Amino acid sequence: MSFEVAEPAMPREHYLNARRGAWSWLTTHDHKRIGVMFLVALLCTFLLGGMFALALRLELLTPGETVMGRLAYNRAFTLHGVIMVWLFLIPSIPTTFGNFLLPLMIGARDVAFPRLNLASFYLFVVGAVMTVWAILEGGVDTGWTFYTPYSTATGTDVLPVLMGVFVVGFSTILSGLNFITTVHTMRAPGMGWMRLPLFVWAIYGTSIIQVLATPVLGMVLLLVALERVVGVGLFDPARGGDPLLYQHLFWFYSHPAVYIMILPGMGVISEAVSAFCRKNPISYRVLVWSTVGIAFVGFLTWGHHMFVSGQSVLGAGTFSILSMLVAIFTALKIFTWTSTMYRGSIWMCTPFTYVLGFIFLLFFGGMSGVAVAVTSADLHWHDTYFVVAHFHFIMVGASLMAFLAGLHYWFPKMFGRCYPEGLGVGTAVLIIFGFITTFLPQFLLGNMGMPRRYADYPEHFQPLHVASTAGASLLGFGFLIIAAYLGWSLRHGRVAGRNPWGSRGYEWHSDSPPPEANFHEPPVFPYRPHDYSRPDLQPEVGHAA
Amino acid sequence: MSELLRRMLFLPEEGSTLASRVDGIHFFIILTTFVVGAAIGLTGFVFLLRFRRRHAHALTPEVLAPVWMEALFVSVPLLFFLLWGALGYRDYVWSRSAPPDALDVYVTGKQWMWKFAYPEGPGAVDVLHVPAGRPVRLLITSRDVIHSFYVPAFRLKMDAIPGRYTETWFEAVRPGRYPVLCAEYCGLDHSHMRAEVVALSPAEFEVWRTQQGGDQVASGAGVAEPLVEQGRVVATRAGCFQCHTVDGTPHIGPTWRGLYLREEPLDTGGTIRADVAYLTESMMEPQAKVVAGYAPVMPSFQGRLSAGDVASLVEFIQSLRPERPVPPTVQEPRYELRGR
Amino acid sequence: MRPEASLPPVVPQAGHFGDEASRQDAAHLGMWIFIASEVMLFTALFTAYAFYRYAYPDAFHQGRLHMEVGLGTLNTYVLVTSSILVALAISAVRAGRDLRAGGLLLGALALGVVFLFIKGAEYTQHAHDGALPGAWYDFEAFSMPGASLFFTLYWVMTGVHAVHVLVGMGVLSTLAVRALSGHFSVAYHTPLELGGMYWHLVDIVWLFLWPLLYLA
Repeated sequence: MSFEVAEPAMPREHYLNARRGAWSWLTTHDHKRIGVMFLVALLCTFLLGGMFALALRLELLTPGETVMGRLAYNRAFTLHGVIMVWLFLIPSIPTTFGNFLLPLMIGARDVAFPRLNLASFYLFVVGAVMTVWAILEGGVDTGWTFYTPYSTATGTDVLPVLMGVFVVGFSTILSGLNFITTVHTMRAPGMGWMRLPLFVWAIYGTSIIQVLATPVLGMVLLLVALERVVGVGLFDPARGGDPLLYQHLFWFYSHPAVYIMILPGMGVISEAVSAFCRKNPISYRVLVWSTVGIAFVGFLTWGHHMFVSGQSVLGAGTFSILSMLVAIFTALKIFTWTSTMYRGSIWMCTPFTYVLGFIFLLFFGGMSGVAVAVTSADLHWHDTYFVVAHFHFIMVGASLMAFLAGLHYWFPKMFGRCYPEGLGVGTAVLIIFGFITTFLPQFLLGNMGMPRRYADYPEHFQPLHVASTAGASLLGFGFLIIAAYLGWSLRHGRVAGRNPWGSRGYEWHSDSPPPEANFHEPPVFPYRPHDYSRPDLQPEVGHAA
Repeated sequence: MSELLRRMLFLPEEGSTLASRVDGIHFFIILTTFVVGAAIGLTGFVFLLRFRRRHAHALTPEVLAPVWMEALFVSVPLLFFLLWGALGYRDYVWSRSAPPDALDVYVTGKQWMWKFAYPEGPGAVDVLHVPAGRPVRLLITSRDVIHSFYVPAFRLKMDAIPGRYTETWFEAVRPGRYPVLCAEYCGLDHSHMRAEVVALSPAEFEVWRTQQGGDQVASGAGVAEPLVEQGRVVATRAGCFQCHTVDGTPHIGPTWRGLYLREEPLDTGGTIRADVAYLTESMMEPQAKVVAGYAPVMPSFQGRLSAGDVASLVEFIQSLRPERPVPPTVQEPRYELRGR
Repeated sequence: MRPEASLPPVVPQAGHFGDEASRQDAAHLGMWIFIASEVMLFTALFTAYAFYRYAYPDAFHQGRLHMEVGLGTLNTYVLVTSSILVALAISAVRAGRDLRAGGLLLGALALGVVFLFIKGAEYTQHAHDGALPGAWYDFEAFSMPGASLFFTLYWVMTGVHAVHVLVGMGVLSTLAVRALSGHFSVAYHTPLELGGMYWHLVDIVWLFLWPLLYLA
């Protein structure tokens, strides 16, 4: 079947070289270029957030002061949280792979509103710069949650960060709006809803959350800012306000925001599982409906962040049950991905290594999530390192693994070159191992009763902290290796050819890298998405390993 | 069995009646997780070996999950999740409804200390004496920002929220000393906001109570004033008054009168709000931000002042307010105690 | 089988839609999503209102006694009329009468100005009374727990709404200029429809604010 081309050639003209010069990039309306620009921006913010993370782990190596004072520590963990949540994780997959691939996957020329897409990028840059400026200005020590009344009382400069996040929120809303409209109106003829690639479904669900939840965050941040500037007192008990209202409104956004971070990752994994098992997902509709279910039920679970905040007992019970319901969808996905491997043709390459890491870590992250949603267990775990470990399992263990899986899966698509496969697998194993070493001890620290956001801790917590810091350095080292070999591959990697993985994903129907107009002729998708049971109409040219 | 699990999971000793309940559900969840995790991992591993790639562009049969399998995927986890939810909720309700014969203690969190007051008896800072084997109801509030009263050994946590009282209760099963931590981030010294529950045998508790009783004011508010006094004592002892005045006149250092929350110009340019964080920082790292017009001569008090000393000093400085317009009564928060 | 890589089709930017109809579809859908997003923005404020109304029923009940019901009601009429004018402008364009549409839009814009003017008069009155938000609240005639919160919410809600009115006026003036310069036609007037939708949103939000703050 495979009549492979000996040495695939780079397409002569593609989106990277169709126009030249920095100006052509900065003013581009091409979703692919905007995706790449987002990728560059996000790698910068990830580097910054990661540096803060390493600084935190270093400080926690020993009890007492190790490398920074308490104030510096408080600022560092705040900025780590703010940068990682708003400037990396929330935009990560949608704005990079979503931007790049969504139109390709539905056979469109671009997103529905290309200019809005560029505006979204610049809003992100402006918001990010404001936030980073706040760091240079002296830092903020409220934690990424900005809980009142501390955030209205602290002497550090909260305003620029609030405004920065506000502006980034605009960018998020516009991206979401763009993607929803694109999926609704620009699908190739004949592509019904149940023929959408699963990644598109994931981005669609994410976008709905982005559009509906982000404005609430915007309003809350605005109120905190007003509170600081003119003392409106809505959250200030001294003026009759209630800090709990802040928490309700904040988590109304921020819990769905967790799904903004993980849903696109699940989409990437659905694509990658199919591509590297060469197998249709064992139940397409389960993956679709669980995505939609997460997007909607996710809005009803915010109260589980407040079991010990004096919330009513009945309220706590309700939120606990609703959280169990939303967990089901994740469980469903894990079962479906695992059973999709059955009777496949599994290729243990770099992206698939990350996929396996993702499924494994998401399972434990998800189960610990169910555990903290159990009201009585949360009495012990709330605001301890158990919670820290839980959400890092989800956000780093799952979301970031998905990001890396996507990066390695689509790197040839985006840049037309392959990376050294052996190095890729080795680094993936190193990263997964480093991750487990970093965060497994944190579960145990939580069990021991170590609260989060502690600059200093009693001595009996130290051994586990040492283990965690050691793991973090492995993790950091792993990222450096990835940066090195991907950077090298950009120029010197082997030319990938159109479809090095032999994937049936629709995005591989165009050249790699794709031409500026995405397709040379109107795309025809002859089979249902992720179908590997029939011979392909297109010859599968190119190879990676 | 459960003792072994407790040690394997690094859990602290079970110091309260709540602890064993919480641990019970904890063990149930964690064991299930590991069994299911192992099953999924094993399945994945077998598939990985059995269905590994043999040639590049292999075609695979289209396998679709039958409906009963999808139903199984939904119902089995749902069953477990709801069961855990229900079991946990039973204990949660129990932990939120104090028995009627409980001993009441008012707990006030403030940056960065815990104050305890008994309705008819003495108050204390950072040490809570309770009788073992008797329920103790805590009525928790905060003077400034949100704190969270956390006793790991009791598996007990409840936020202290300014402007309202939250309620929880516990029963220590045996005499002992149990650390109290603050679990909600509350600023600079969050990690040092520690206290201790001292559970005494009922007889010892009565002895302790009679020793303490009598001379103290019978409300939580009564504890505040001694703290200001204590601050004055600490300031005298540490020699603060050699450079700082309390009457408004500048000396070697800025005066403390009206200092709290004042915008102070810095010698590096810019201003700083003299809030708790800045005051504390100035004691520990005096050279970090020096007020314009003053020489950077202040020594660091790092290690020379305990957390309690710092808190009382800050309290003392806070008490030295300039004459300010009193806010109208409207703005006073309403504190509503739910009756029993 | 490889396609001719040398000849990418030259398609102008934003030319990726099949035809004008699908372009309009997309624009309308995008606007509806944006409006949903705006509604959620105000939902946060309405939630805060409901929360404090529940906590301080008396203050929120008596709050309306200190509001200028007359001015509020007048403003409601002003804004609704303005909305009607925009709707008429759209039907005017559909009938091919651009000048009339431009005039109607200018009328709607003028009513927006009137709305802000009346709002400003109210604000001045409240400021004069000392009914300012939060820390600045100093209104002798209405001092009870929750009173300052009522007025804080009043200022924040109407303030955020007023910002939307301002933005809407910017949109209307652009549309009016474009209509008068003959930009729109029977076939193409999507921006006008979108701007109209936004202005109706502004109007509808006020229709919720008015009973909550002035009547209830």
